Amino acid sequence: MTVTVLRPGPLTVLKDRGRAGHAGQGVAPSGAVDRSARARANALVGNSPDAAVLECTLGGLRVRFDSPATAVLTGTDAVLSVGGDHAGVEEVVEVPAGAEVTVTMPRRGLRSYLAVRGGFAVPPVLGSRSTDRLTGIGPPRPAAGDVLPIGTAPPGGRGTGTASARGATPPAGEPWEVDIGPRDDWFTAVALETLLSAEFTVSPASDSVGLRLTGPALSRSRTAELPSEGVVRGAIQVPPDGQPIIFQSDHPVTGGYPVIAVLTPAAADLAAQARPGAKVRFAVAPG
Amino acid sequence: MRFLRCGREAVLVEVDDLPAALSLYAALRSAGLHGVVDLVPAARTVLIHLDPAVTSPAAVERATAGLPVGGADPAGAGTVEIPVRYDGPDLDDVAEHTGLTREAVVALHTGSAWTVAFAGFAPGFGYLTGGDPRLDVPRRDSPRTRIPAGSVGLAGRFSGVYPNDSPGGWQLIGSTTERMWDLDRPEPALLTPGVRVTFRAVQ
Repeated sequence: MTVTVLRPGPLTVLKDRGRAGHAGQGVAPSGAVDRSARARANALVGNSPDAAVLECTLGGLRVRFDSPATAVLTGTDAVLSVGGDHAGVEEVVEVPAGAEVTVTMPRRGLRSYLAVRGGFAVPPVLGSRSTDRLTGIGPPRPAAGDVLPIGTAPPGGRGTGTASARGATPPAGEPWEVDIGPRDDWFTAVALETLLSAEFTVSPASDSVGLRLTGPALSRSRTAELPSEGVVRGAIQVPPDGQPIIFQSDHPVTGGYPVIAVLTPAAADLAAQARPGAKVRFAVAPG
Repeated sequence: MRFLRCGREAVLVEVDDLPAALSLYAALRSAGLHGVVDLVPAARTVLIHLDPAVTSPAAVERATAGLPVGGADPAGAGTVEIPVRYDGPDLDDVAEHTGLTREAVVALHTGSAWTVAFAGFAPGFGYLTGGDPRLDVPRRDSPRTRIPAGSVGLAGRFSGVYPNDSPGGWQLIGSTTERMWDLDRPEPALLTPGVRVTFRAVQ
């Protein structure tokens, strides 16, 4: 059972849970940029949580199934079109053999996740089927004409997952929750206050490695050079120009600038769906 | 040992210096703490990635504080000898900057054992420390857009070997045919934290 890529759209890659355990070799976890949307897609079609899905940025993907399949799309308000019929948002659909399936352009959000029951069974690299956009490790980016194998469906029913309770895309304008640190002591009190009160704008120079923000500069109290240290997804790193960069899933293993705060995993998923121009505020996460 | 919270899924452990960081990294690796999914050693820190569904930052901190650190020999990571042709495009600049002859630069680079401090920049790129302090050179004013795989460079007090073709700003003094990164090996990176490295000059 296979899926043939007819058109990959602006940017479609394979993603799974990521590649843990190789940071000592300079290999970051990678994995889906919006983790909860990927997890929901797998749950809805009854896949194991480790299954690989297609992460599709701004729609445009068109594929053909050679056999009947069960599929779903999550993450944005883009919908699956099966032979011209539109499915509802996060609706599990049965795809007939030979059908052409497209992912429409979302009106809100950025990254959609197409899961097929059985998962995309391309060969894993260092234990993961995620393409790391920074290093190029992982399966190659699907191109027109590529044939992607589908794995064996796990036993059991179609899926136990439920569509997102809050809708396919979260409400805009909700602050992104952060935990302060680990290097908040490298910043002035004013910088911390600014981080938690000012509005920032998502810059077009953003990708799955980093979300770049513009706004009032966050000033440092220590100007010494920080020796490079390990960083995490969601870390808000502040270079000398004071404009924050939020690390996303394809971030490097280490960073050389102090991290003022780290997004909660849920907030990092919100960041994964923020388009250039979006306005962003931060709030301290409760306990 | 100082613990810094790094969100919900990681703890940053700060120690005094690089040997302490390597020692802590070795201790954490052999301890295999419950719920720890990855470790990132660096110059003065070890970042501990954890699975919040299995453990908590507080539990990881408690377990880490109880580890016997300092006794383990991080050099247990092994030793590697790398043959190098010292014909790099920046060898003259490095000689000029350090006030040494080309031959003296080569003698110093091959004359002491280096240690992989940490990996980063690219998969398989190990930051090597412990070289002669006279080899301290700045990065190039303008980075090159393409450096061939196997290029051996210097920057600050570090040395390193580019694992793949990439851009870069290090001063290039030579090249090796040894593969730094090979996905067909069980451990693709030749240089992992704690590994001791000596360079040998070849024609």
